[in-house]
Amino acid sequence: MARTAESSTDTSAHGNSNVPRVIRRGTLYVVAVFVLATTGVPFIFMVMTAFKRPDEFLINLWGLPQGVYVDNFVEVFTGGIGRFFFNSIVVSFISVALILIVGSLASYAFAKMKFRFNNPLLLLFLMGAMIPVHVTLIPVFILTLNLGLYDTIWALVGPYVGFNLPVSIFILTEFFRQIPDEIEEAARMDGASRLSIFLRITLPMSVPALVTVGIFSLIHIWNEFAFALVLISEPSQQTLPLGLTRFYQEFSINVPGVMAALTLACLPVMMLYLFAQERVISGLMAGAVKG
Amino acid sequence: MAFLAPSAAFYFIFVLLPIGQSGLYSFYDWPGVGPRADFIWFDNYIEAFQDPIFWRSLGNNFILVFASVGVQIPVGLALAMLLAAGLRGMRFFRAVFFLPVLMSTVAIGLLWIYIYNPNFGLLNAILGAIGLSNLERGWLGEPGTALYAVIAVVSWQWTPFYMILFFAGLTTIPVELYEAARMDKANAWQRFWWVTLPSMRGLIVTASILALMGSLKYFDLIFVMTEGGPSYKTELLATNMYRQAFTLFRFGYASAVAVLLLLISLTLTTAVLYWSRRTNGQNS
Repeated sequence: MARTAESSTDTSAHGNSNVPRVIRRGTLYVVAVFVLATTGVPFIFMVMTAFKRPDEFLINLWGLPQGVYVDNFVEVFTGGIGRFFFNSIVVSFISVALILIVGSLASYAFAKMKFRFNNPLLLLFLMGAMIPVHVTLIPVFILTLNLGLYDTIWALVGPYVGFNLPVSIFILTEFFRQIPDEIEEAARMDGASRLSIFLRITLPMSVPALVTVGIFSLIHIWNEFAFALVLISEPSQQTLPLGLTRFYQEFSINVPGVMAALTLACLPVMMLYLFAQERVISGLMAGAVKG
Repeated sequence: MAFLAPSAAFYFIFVLLPIGQSGLYSFYDWPGVGPRADFIWFDNYIEAFQDPIFWRSLGNNFILVFASVGVQIPVGLALAMLLAAGLRGMRFFRAVFFLPVLMSTVAIGLLWIYIYNPNFGLLNAILGAIGLSNLERGWLGEPGTALYAVIAVVSWQWTPFYMILFFAGLTTIPVELYEAARMDKANAWQRFWWVTLPSMRGLIVTASILALMGSLKYFDLIFVMTEGGPSYKTELLATNMYRQAFTLFRFGYASAVAVLLLLISLTLTTAVLYWSRRTNGQNS
């Protein structure tokens, strides 16, 4: 068998070299399946329950549903989940677009332009990653009230951009720094302005990093809860996480109903994950791995 | 400069300035409506230090830190090694293992509320089915189990994150190190202790710092599952702050709690970062 790095990192403590390989391998598979169950069963429970009638659920907790009962989903739709999705989509896309534009401009400045306070300013931005959002909740709440944006989805954009900039700038600055200066020197000597170099040379080369930042920010913003909780209460303006808690409060013991809402809520991320698993995983891990 | 301006504006208006404002508010007694007029110096801070709920919430944050570092990281490392062992179908396993990290914390919290439900919850049903009915209980409702029930969910959600982190690190360990160890007749445990662990040291420290930072800021899951109850048994610094501000309308006191939360986070994180840089420098 080829001595790949994978097989050589078989450092499982499940026995010494005297234990037959089959038993060692078998144990590993058992462990893997056990973890698979621990991870997967809650999700399977969620989806299965979503298809059961409420009274059926109470007597048949974890068997397969008898027949496919879709009324739960209908109820959830008439309950307004479409609105929550819409709000989340609008907020997410606007915020992520802003983060990419504003963040890449700033990262370019940090990476390629020499100016005083370059490093201290960068550090100031990066420290933002350590700050708990709660220390800004009250002031942002008041600012939102004063701006007349309370109870609108626009109230969320500012905080979402502000709090996702640190990691985004961190990732993009690192990336830009690795672009050789010579490429830009050549364009500069031809008289191109900073901005046009940025737009025509740097950005096209940076698509992978931009996608990473995009996915990272998108998932964090899509799932964000604290600001939504504080800045919005009107149901028609609620984002998905907030909307889910409303379903929970309204449906209460209609467990299949809540499960239907949860299933629908998980769907977009699942689809993204199915199509672009590697990208999603590396996007979410981006802040950590580089650190 | 113009390149920086938009980012600086967002960051200043929505992050830096509010921090300063929270600091300012913390010196007032202010219900949030009406003028902010009641300047009370450090009374809010004194009240916080004398408040048993504040200390309990701080303690719970630390329990969360220990649970994260003590459970999620070792288990994450073990799972990473499992993934690296070259079993068939590992891509599928990895894909499923990672699911909880992707999901909205709110969705996970709500799902697990039902799993933990004493009457029709999945957990009690499974315990009953395998003959352990004496273990059934009201997981989230009982003061004795609530915190650990919630921590279990936190671990369920975040361990895969560390798994992926460590897996990336494991694949960079040179094969030669293991071969050399095998030639020295090292068994599996020794190979782990003398080759894997030292090579992963940097990543383990990074992971611990991330776990620390995350645990001190934790809010969403607890709020959704227990709102800090029962009887403040699952209260965290952040849930306490939220309640003081938006349920009890004590903006001044809540700001003080928030400032303390910030100071504690920053101090601990910087201290650990500094300590890890120093010991890294000495050992390399």
